[in-house]
Amino acid sequence: MPTVSMTVNGKAVSGEAEGRTLLVQFLREELGMTGTHVGCDTSQCGACVVHVNGEAVKSCTMFAATAEGADVTTIEGMANADGSLGTIQQAFQDNHGLQCGFCTPGMVMSAADLLKNNPNPTEAEIREYLEGNLCRCTGYHNIVKSIQAAASAGA
Amino acid sequence: MPKDTGIGASVKRSEDVRFTTGKGRYTDDFTCHGVHFAYFVRSPHAHAKINGIDKSAAESAPGVVAVYDGHQLTGDGIGNIICGWGITSKDGTPMKMGAWSALATNTVRYVGDAVAVVVAESLEQAKDAAELVTVSYEELPVVISCADAAAAGAPQIHPEAEGNQIYDWEIGDEAATDAALAGSAKIVEMEITNNRLVPNPMEPRACMAQYDAGQDHLTLHTTSQNPHVARLVLSAFYQIAPEHKLRVIAPDVGGGFGAKIYIYPEEIVCLWAARKAGVPIKWTADRSESFITDAHGRDHVSTAKMGFDENNKITGFKVNTKANLGGYMSLFSSSVPTYLYATLLSGQYNISNIYCDVQTYYTNTVPVDAYRGAGRPEACYLIERMMEKSAKELGVSPAELRRTNFIQEFPHQTPVIMAYDIGDFNATLDAAEAAADVAGFAARKAASEAAGKKRGIGYSCYIEACGIAPSKAVGSLGAGVGLWESAEVRVNPVGSVEVLTGSHSHGQGHETTFAQLVSERLDLPLDQIKIVHGDTDQVQFGMGTYGSRSGAVGMSAISKALDKVENKVKKIAAHVLEASESDIVIEGGAAKVQGTDKQMLWHEVGLAAYTAHNLPDDMEPGLKEGAFYDPTNFTFPAGTYICEVEVDPDTGVVNIENFVAADDFGQVINPMIVGGQVHGGIAQGVGQAMMEHAIYDADGQLQSGTYMDYTMPRADDLPMFKVSTHETFCPGNPLGIKGCGEAGAIGSPPALVNAVVDAIGADIAMPVTPQAVWKAMNG
Repeated sequence: MPTVSMTVNGKAVSGEAEGRTLLVQFLREELGMTGTHVGCDTSQCGACVVHVNGEAVKSCTMFAATAEGADVTTIEGMANADGSLGTIQQAFQDNHGLQCGFCTPGMVMSAADLLKNNPNPTEAEIREYLEGNLCRCTGYHNIVKSIQAAASAGA
Repeated sequence: MPKDTGIGASVKRSEDVRFTTGKGRYTDDFTCHGVHFAYFVRSPHAHAKINGIDKSAAESAPGVVAVYDGHQLTGDGIGNIICGWGITSKDGTPMKMGAWSALATNTVRYVGDAVAVVVAESLEQAKDAAELVTVSYEELPVVISCADAAAAGAPQIHPEAEGNQIYDWEIGDEAATDAALAGSAKIVEMEITNNRLVPNPMEPRACMAQYDAGQDHLTLHTTSQNPHVARLVLSAFYQIAPEHKLRVIAPDVGGGFGAKIYIYPEEIVCLWAARKAGVPIKWTADRSESFITDAHGRDHVSTAKMGFDENNKITGFKVNTKANLGGYMSLFSSSVPTYLYATLLSGQYNISNIYCDVQTYYTNTVPVDAYRGAGRPEACYLIERMMEKSAKELGVSPAELRRTNFIQEFPHQTPVIMAYDIGDFNATLDAAEAAADVAGFAARKAASEAAGKKRGIGYSCYIEACGIAPSKAVGSLGAGVGLWESAEVRVNPVGSVEVLTGSHSHGQGHETTFAQLVSERLDLPLDQIKIVHGDTDQVQFGMGTYGSRSGAVGMSAISKALDKVENKVKKIAAHVLEASESDIVIEGGAAKVQGTDKQMLWHEVGLAAYTAHNLPDDMEPGLKEGAFYDPTNFTFPAGTYICEVEVDPDTGVVNIENFVAADDFGQVINPMIVGGQVHGGIAQGVGQAMMEHAIYDADGQLQSGTYMDYTMPRADDLPMFKVSTHETFCPGNPLGIKGCGEAGAIGSPPALVNAVVDAIGADIAMPVTPQAVWKAMNG
């Protein structure tokens, strides 16, 4: 089986991947990084969002081989260096932006991408940006509040 | 003022640290040495005979260790899947339960029905080999609706249920209701459909089954809302293993909404196959698989007739409902359109005469069972659409008609079993009207009309029943289980506290709210308290989480166990401190002698209990107490929801301008979490009202079977919700809790649809998609 190498959360990693192995499978099964989730099979739910070379990507739509040499950030790489919650993660806890937690990794990664490109989004911009992330628990109310709070905190 | 970590405080959730950092552990995150993967061969036909299965090519495919079919499963004595709530028909006959084997043997009855399982070293190998399994089907005619199923000459789905009818049940006094309606000044009639839904927790169902041959013991990791119930059913009915040789672990679970109550074919097959093939087996549903295997919800068609006297008081309410239960009877399917539905048909209103009869049918669709609200959303939708239509026909305001008929005195016995214990329906209606600025609606409507838009406002005054109920009562109504809850409180020798609960958290935040109760009672910091749940080897027993029961029932059990712990602590402290037991108070992390400076710090109490060097003579060592709590009644959360919409007449697009919820949940433990439950419930109810619909074509193929076709609410479909609570404490449990998990999904659909009807001036069925709205407006 071919070997794929990339940088994940700042650490060089490599592992085996078939041609059909998706990036999310590689992260979860080969690297054992199970923070990134799979909630659908049509690239609709966004539970698997990671950053590849600084861009938010649904890791169920990218082959592991395509990420060869890439710089990948996952939810496991979003905490502060001392292990405390990063600004967006803290905003989600502070504002009850999650319930079952399954969509949360994708929500946090999408929120980070939004705030990188638009540090002070309006409520409407947040809602529009989140069209690729499904949540079944929160009604999005507190996710929107969390992202607003993260923006205020300078995330 | 609440303590900052006690009851009534919006404590931030401790579980969020792992969930926001990717350290949650959901079933699919677990693996084990030598794990293999299961992939199911499923029927592409809605109804067919199986004339043969050729497994040979699959069996010799790379990596495959086993391919099993239904005859092997039943041959090994694995029992049929059962419905655990017996319903008796009008004529005294029991419901007609058809046989459901976890792998179909001779007939398939819905698209997705499993016929074989492939076990291989990798998932890809299992999938590849599954394509090599050849099943010879003989297609049979298909029925997808109750009307089809009941038609003369309809194809027979189960030999046990002639004419496909499962039961024909009734509640209430038909003659008295007919007489009341006959004497009414006004009769309002409606036909109402409650659309079929797919629950869609974001985590797909999954399981991992491991067999330890040395111990002859099975372990199942599974996405369950009730691991003990799963173990009980797997053991007692499916003959998987005796309970003491089966451990069920439901770790972090990514949402349930009812769909993860049931014990599905996949868990049964993986457990059986893990022992038979001698390898650990993991299965995780694709989302497409979830759509055609997770129990669906709702799917009722009803006709209703409500009578009013000359003072607009309701005289009688008569309802007929046809409910589609799908291809097989799922675990609690029979109770949903009966005792969880028709018993709520009195709503918030004083109605002396109610009669409802319900016919349920098999169809060639996915089994239907409880989904968030389960029966109560169907009842609420029926009543609240009826009240709004009646108000228009009677020429009074919807709020006035409701107030005229509100139950004002408690307890109140309805004619359909329920005895409402407490409530204040005017208070929640008042609060909702104030928050919705109903007074300003006319001006907003005028502004919309000036802009070429239609604007409408809709009410929903819901009541529901949670808990679920006293075990003796549900037993007399046909339930196969008791609906109590258990808890154990362990104070460790160093003073930390572990609470073992039979409730299960899959998003509700029990690790925080249950700890708040302990913190309140024992005055300990939250980091000294751990909530343990979801493992049959750790928790003695439990009935799990559904029916908004974890607070009212699960926490009541903890409260009872805490009573016993406090009792023993006081006895120990009184003995050691040479004081009277009645003078001991527990506060500030210590047991203190009131009015003195004598005290035992909490860890000193723990140590005293476990060293047992200086305990009263008749006292056992240790500090661990358990309790079972059986509810004394259902609890009755109630409230008013008001929705305001603007409709674009050119496109039929509905925009939610405002959504207000005023709820009475009894005592609130954590307002932040309760608010979140309401938001999420409303979102699911709005989803049902505006976009969600499980649609089958005439061949029984699910047309809306992915997220590309089955529309779930996204962030830009919803507004910020205005929620508030107005508490009347439930007198039936020690904490005064009623429950908040389902109210949003129960109360919101009629509010939204009533608003759309008000805006467009025409009746409309759910979901109110732009196409449906445009058609309703343009004929």
